Amino acid sequence: MTSNKKVIIDAKGIVKRFNIGKPNELEILHGIDLKVYEGEFVSIVGTSGSGKSTLMNIIGLLDKPTEGSYVLDGIDVIKARDSELSHIRNQQIGFVFQTYNLIARTSALKNVELPMLYGGVKADERKVRAEELLELVDMGARKDHTPDELSGGQKQRVAIARSLVNRPSIILADEPTGALDSKTGRLIMDLFHKLNEEQGITIVFITHSRELAEETERVLTLKDGCIIDERRGLRYVS
Amino acid sequence: MFLENVRLAITALKSNKVRTFLTMLGIIIGLASVIAIMSVGSAMNNKIKSEVGEMGANNISVYLTQKANDEGEYDDDVRDMKEKDYFNNDMMIALEKNFSNDVSGIVLSQEVGSTKITDKKKYANINMYGVNVTAMNQKKLKVVAGRNLEKSDYSSGANVIIVSDKYVKNLFDGNNEAALGKSVEIELNDNYFSFSIVGVYEYSASAGGFSAGVSEKDIPTDCYIPFKASKRILRSSKDGLQEMTIIAKTGDVAPDVLATNIQNWLNENYYKTNDAYEAYCYSMKAELDQMNKMVGSITLAIMGIGAISLLVGGIGVMNIMIVTISERTREIGTRKALGATNGYIRMQFITEAVVVCVMGGVIGVILGLILGAVISNIMGSVGAPSPLGVLACLMFSVLFGVFFGYYPANKAAKLNPIEALRYE
Repeated sequence: MTSNKKVIIDAKGIVKRFNIGKPNELEILHGIDLKVYEGEFVSIVGTSGSGKSTLMNIIGLLDKPTEGSYVLDGIDVIKARDSELSHIRNQQIGFVFQTYNLIARTSALKNVELPMLYGGVKADERKVRAEELLELVDMGARKDHTPDELSGGQKQRVAIARSLVNRPSIILADEPTGALDSKTGRLIMDLFHKLNEEQGITIVFITHSRELAEETERVLTLKDGCIIDERRGLRYVS
Repeated sequence: MFLENVRLAITALKSNKVRTFLTMLGIIIGLASVIAIMSVGSAMNNKIKSEVGEMGANNISVYLTQKANDEGEYDDDVRDMKEKDYFNNDMMIALEKNFSNDVSGIVLSQEVGSTKITDKKKYANINMYGVNVTAMNQKKLKVVAGRNLEKSDYSSGANVIIVSDKYVKNLFDGNNEAALGKSVEIELNDNYFSFSIVGVYEYSASAGGFSAGVSEKDIPTDCYIPFKASKRILRSSKDGLQEMTIIAKTGDVAPDVLATNIQNWLNENYYKTNDAYEAYCYSMKAELDQMNKMVGSITLAIMGIGAISLLVGGIGVMNIMIVTISERTREIGTRKALGATNGYIRMQFITEAVVVCVMGGVIGVILGLILGAVISNIMGSVGAPSPLGVLACLMFSVLFGVFFGYYPANKAAKLNPIEALRYE
């Protein structure tokens, strides 16, 4: 990895313990170091119980590490207060969930607009930007459909559009193909590749599928709360 | 942001219409009953006002009442009222003189009798009254032909009479002019008396009372002769009255104050030495105030019951909000992940509660207005709640939304996003 590239995620010595001070105290992450560079497509692969969800929550600022430092796109997020974290999440991180998590009974367009609403973007500007992104993921024709009226793959496309609206520094995709059949999952993976290659979007892809992980530039293997392996993926570019 | 929240709330509420309606129902019933009671209360007030107003809010009624003994108690075996206890003519003259600034007159009216006046096949039923000028003025008769009784008639006790146009219709085929100057002859205690018709007044059915089973033609109408004349023909040696009505001038002294003053004056000057009776005065205004106060407290009490149902409704809103929030836990988690602050989530759900309450409030107010109008109508009066009251009710529904929405909304705001996202 060339060192002149900008570091987006710089996490050092991340430790996460639960039930601190109680007899059932549990350490899930044992000091993880993670660096993600701008424009990278990194995957974190691990079986369930490996601690990848916990790591993702910490990277996604939904949880704080017990120990360690974490700088996201130049912002030291360890010291940030709750409301500041909400704002950083809103501006810097685009979430893509396994279960899509679109807001029910709300049109695709309004779903995509949502992060901008929290970001304080004006209504007309929100609409233009949301339509633009729905076009990007080939969902322009279905912008007025509610989630009930969309297939799984379509929902995930809307969710991806939503993750991109505030131009975050990173997309955090947690098992984005986990709920899809392999054919649709393939299309979603292709979309990620396209976004990464054509738009230079930084993506952290969390999966338990080694096969899919291998497609990316860099594959980190998580086991029992430690990164036990780091290797170049098929997409590795020097 | 606020409008966005309202839009969001309406979308959420629309998606479960039955539940939304049932949630609102408590608020609707509560507010409708409060508003309806407010309308009915004001209708009752209006009714009392108009009914007492007919009797005259400026009237002061004077009665004779049993005197308390030295111990301040009322003896069971009070002696009967005698002539010497009554209000006599001298008293009235002195009273009118003494209170000339505040009293416009004393009503004197007595019934002479009822009879049927016949002329060949034609007839008319009458009730004859002797009235003084104050009593006559109170009647506010509209004279359609001839003249009303005049000062000289009263002072001389002339044998003149004014009759209703119905009397004229029955006996003179409705020719008012033809009736003028004709006489009305009555027999009393084997004596005949003749009164000359000087005026005809317009009869109105409501003033004449209502007699069931009597044909319209047979309903007796009132005719009036000077009070002095009535006294003469009744051969009444008594000039005393057990009760009288005093008409107060609308002026500086409130009728209820004047009533007290007159009572004190009468008792001081005439009943100090009376062993059993004294004067008692009260004004219609005091009566009116008292009744309004009573209606007011009844209204308030029923409104209180309405308020309780409002409270129950509010708790219902809170309950449903808690259910809604647990159903939408994942949504809340997602929103938080996407950057919604706790404050925003709180605001979203408070707005939802407020929208439910305000919608319920508006429907409740409308229903209450309709219900109030219907009940008032049945009561034969008109009543509407004060605009301020309606406004207060609507404000209350907003407050209710905030108050009962706050706890669930705060619960939502404090959800841990990780757990919320994982929630099934």
